[in-house]
Amino acid sequence: MSPVSRGFRHLRRAPDGQESRLPPGQYVTEGFPVLSAGPTPHTPLENWTFSITQGGQAKKSWTWQEFRALPAETITADIHCVTRWSKLGTEWRGVSVDTLLDAAGYDAPYVMAFCDGGYTTNLPLADITGGQAWVAFGYDGGPLEAEHGGPARVLVPHLYFWKSAKWVRGLDLRDADEPGFWETYGYHMYGDPWREQRYAGD
Amino acid sequence: MARTALRGRLTWQAAAVVSVTGETASVVTIELDPPHWPGHHAGQHLDVRLTAEDGYTAEREYSIASAPGEPVAITVERLEDGEVSPYLTGELRAGDELELRGPVGGYFVWEPGDGGPLMLLAGGSGVVPLRSILRHRRRTGSDVPARLLYSSRSWQDVIYRDELGQDHDGVQVSYTLTRGHPAGWTGHTGRINQALLERVAWPAEAGPLAYICGPTSFVETAAAALVGLGYPPERVKTERFGGTGGR
Amino acid sequence: MDALDGNAIGGLLIDVFGTEMTAASSTCATCGASRPVAELVVYRQAPGTVVRCRTCGSVLMVLVRRADVTSVDLSGLASLSQPGSALSRQAA
Repeated sequence: MSPVSRGFRHLRRAPDGQESRLPPGQYVTEGFPVLSAGPTPHTPLENWTFSITQGGQAKKSWTWQEFRALPAETITADIHCVTRWSKLGTEWRGVSVDTLLDAAGYDAPYVMAFCDGGYTTNLPLADITGGQAWVAFGYDGGPLEAEHGGPARVLVPHLYFWKSAKWVRGLDLRDADEPGFWETYGYHMYGDPWREQRYAGD
Repeated sequence: MARTALRGRLTWQAAAVVSVTGETASVVTIELDPPHWPGHHAGQHLDVRLTAEDGYTAEREYSIASAPGEPVAITVERLEDGEVSPYLTGELRAGDELELRGPVGGYFVWEPGDGGPLMLLAGGSGVVPLRSILRHRRRTGSDVPARLLYSSRSWQDVIYRDELGQDHDGVQVSYTLTRGHPAGWTGHTGRINQALLERVAWPAEAGPLAYICGPTSFVETAAAALVGLGYPPERVKTERFGGTGGR
Repeated sequence: MDALDGNAIGGLLIDVFGTEMTAASSTCATCGASRPVAELVVYRQAPGTVVRCRTCGSVLMVLVRRADVTSVDLSGLASLSQPGSALSRQAA
């Protein structure tokens, strides 16, 4: 280990009594760091659509108005980034992925989330159904800001937050689990923070 | 590829902190004494690494403020929500050790042989590598003409005020203050733009060599403006900082 | 968070290539634009460092650090060359 820097404190532990909320190797942050692999997209809402696709076809698609007319929920969740920061008790508004998949009909074990700017990430259907995932359009009482993934992003808090893809435009149903953007560059295909699955092979 | 085990610029080393000197209310210059320093070029930077007791590390890059041949020094601005800069500007003191690696950089560097005339554009703490360039120019007795345009929030935020001062040694210095100016201010005000550069910058026909350093938005505006005035893009060197000045 | 440029990853590139690379010339495999590595667009606040072409935005390099090892994917580059030496590769 490199020499300790005198007086450099790393004060980001969990509040007392809440250590069990932090997965191994994580630290609590008060801010909300902005991480991105590319420039923030700015798709006008009149051009925005969300689709469930399969084999090159859209099974179901929603315009922004149609999407916002769907039943929405408030979600409170702890989120965990693979870069080791966690944020406890974050509040979101979103449409359950169950709502979207049920409307489209589906019969596939995996999805690839696809986004403005080209970002992708893979997820098992089993992890985004049954009330485990949302397409979120609101954060902390207001509209989701562009730098945090607005107008809408995936929210799947039980996995590392790179799986909660920003600027999402749809889910492509897949027969096999194929690596998305970060998975291609060595990150874990599944990404369970409680088993510290950061990199492939962990 | 095999890792080389060279000492010096490719590996981390613990440097003694010789002094920490205030420049402005939020900026300090840290003089360092690394045991294996190979020397540096004007414009280069070094990487700093802090390690907490639990093994957590944070790394940042800081431009070298001193000229080649002078003791190694960095100038650091405290960023409000920073993780490393509050430690370097508020806690670090003479006698401590600071882990560093360097020097780094082969693009944003200037030697007298590179010529000029020099057009230096500084946004906030982007002045740091440009001061290294100006000190190197003076120490080598170079007569390459130089102009510095320094954009700062206020006069209190201008770093190296006494040293840069006004015109000196063939260096023409001008300032633009973006958030407020003292009574009787005769310099420029407002953010940098093409109109200001048209007044202040060397004309393109002089064949100038430009170095622009500061926050990303400053650099992009300034670089586009110089290219708009006819500077060839390959004669405009850029170095972008994150946030309000550090990286 | 504003993007930075290749200057910011000079040290990281020394880890990977064993030598200073910011002055090296890069050529984008997608649009053919050439410029020094120092002038590329760098997104560093991420699970990895993503380096993009300033002209077309394509991903040129992705660097991921895992413990003491940094892996680099260069498949977005048509070539990367230092003055006086060539580290060129064919686009895939």
